Amino acid sequence: MLSYPFMQNAYMAGTLIAIISGIMGVFVIARNMSFLTHTLSEIGFAGAAFGIFMGWQPLNGMLLFTTISSIGVGELGAKSSRRENSITAISALAIGLGILFLSLADSNASYATGILFGSVIGISRANVVQMVILSVSVLVVVMVIYRYLKFDSFDPVGAQVKGLWTRTLSVVFLVLLAFSVSVAAQIVGSLLIFILLTLPAAAAKYFAHTVGKMINVAVAFSLIGVWLGLYLSYVTNWPVSFFIAVIEVIFYFSALVYQRIRA
Amino acid sequence: MTESLLQLKHLSFAFPDKLVLKDLNYDLKRGEFLSIVGENGVGKTTLMRLILQELKPTSGTLRFIPNRQAVPVGYVPQFRNIDAEYPLSIQDFVGLNFAKIGVPWLTSKERQRVNKILAETKLFDIRRRPLGQASGGEKQKAYLAQSLLDKPSLLILDESTASLDPVAKTELLDLVKQINQEQQLTVIFVTHDIPLARHYADHYLFLTPGQYEAGNISELTNEKVGEMNDA
Repeated sequence: MLSYPFMQNAYMAGTLIAIISGIMGVFVIARNMSFLTHTLSEIGFAGAAFGIFMGWQPLNGMLLFTTISSIGVGELGAKSSRRENSITAISALAIGLGILFLSLADSNASYATGILFGSVIGISRANVVQMVILSVSVLVVVMVIYRYLKFDSFDPVGAQVKGLWTRTLSVVFLVLLAFSVSVAAQIVGSLLIFILLTLPAAAAKYFAHTVGKMINVAVAFSLIGVWLGLYLSYVTNWPVSFFIAVIEVIFYFSALVYQRIRA
Repeated sequence: MTESLLQLKHLSFAFPDKLVLKDLNYDLKRGEFLSIVGENGVGKTTLMRLILQELKPTSGTLRFIPNRQAVPVGYVPQFRNIDAEYPLSIQDFVGLNFAKIGVPWLTSKERQRVNKILAETKLFDIRRRPLGQASGGEKQKAYLAQSLLDKPSLLILDESTASLDPVAKTELLDLVKQINQEQQLTVIFVTHDIPLARHYADHYLFLTPGQYEAGNISELTNEKVGEMNDA
């Protein structure tokens, strides 16, 4: 299986995606941003469609849209009462725009399904290189601001009392999330990206009680899901995102059962 | 206990539609345990926000001695969003306060400091318990431990005992009193529980709308409380 270049690319990209998603997911869960992550993936869809319409790489369109809107959502989200409605409105607009751009680009249906549901065969070596650059950038920034991010995500009241620049941290985190969504969507697709960015971390919090260990467990759950999903997809020729979704859902519900048994 | 830590001189604060604090004078000494008491809405929280420099006085001054940078402040607020599923262990939660740019993990020196504080706050034996599963009293101790990590000169407990049962209240305040006496930590305890203030504080600052009275805690009699609230 690994003698095929497309599978090599898929495994390399998948590994990166799993690591980034596991790390970012822990903060997404702590900051209660699952819903926003879902919206960013829809915005990513609009961006990818816009990229195709403009004749760019879909990933570049995604990066453009998710980054701009993550900053915008951060501003709109300043008042929490307005936040959910704002996000819903942006989400609706994003899906509409995505459909429009795809229709204007006159692309075939397989392109659309590739963006929405992900694809194993669609990843070139150039894509992998770009994903490595993006992933390393995200990792470096997270490493540098890790302690701030940890404090602000797991104890916002304490972080505010300490005088941390919490507003700036939120915007930086959203931009990192935008990058992560764009990278991860390459394999699982924009519709299912929130699976990797939420479920492994949501399951990990039942098994680990430090941020570091939660990240390790979440990355492990993501890696197993992606590696096993790619293998099963190769063997069965079924969509990879289906397998990843099933595996991560199993992890999540097993974690809930584990928690019940322990309680 | 003669050296000043914080001086309030003719301090007044008004919101656009309401005068909250009027001509307040107080000289807080190092190592003092001051209780700020009064009914809801008399300006206790406003005064804390002024001390934390989240608000600016309308008139008068509020001066740290020798300056604000030299007086690290620990603040334990009443509320925090810690539900039963909150995953971090007490130890990891306390260590969050070591927030700075640099290596992501705590250094061995920082870990030692966390453990020392956990021992001082009597949380060491349960340090690996998820904070979400800790009792109300243990949670407040963890908040206290986190704020002590910075080695504050001034500790503010803002209604920190309000939601605790009597045993947990006593445990927490015994601990604070012990640290106050052993380490000369200055404490401001904001409460409307007069008996509790009377038991632990050295001095009181009684706020009523637009007025205040300060003195030794022994002078805070029931009659005085009645008079102040009726005034």
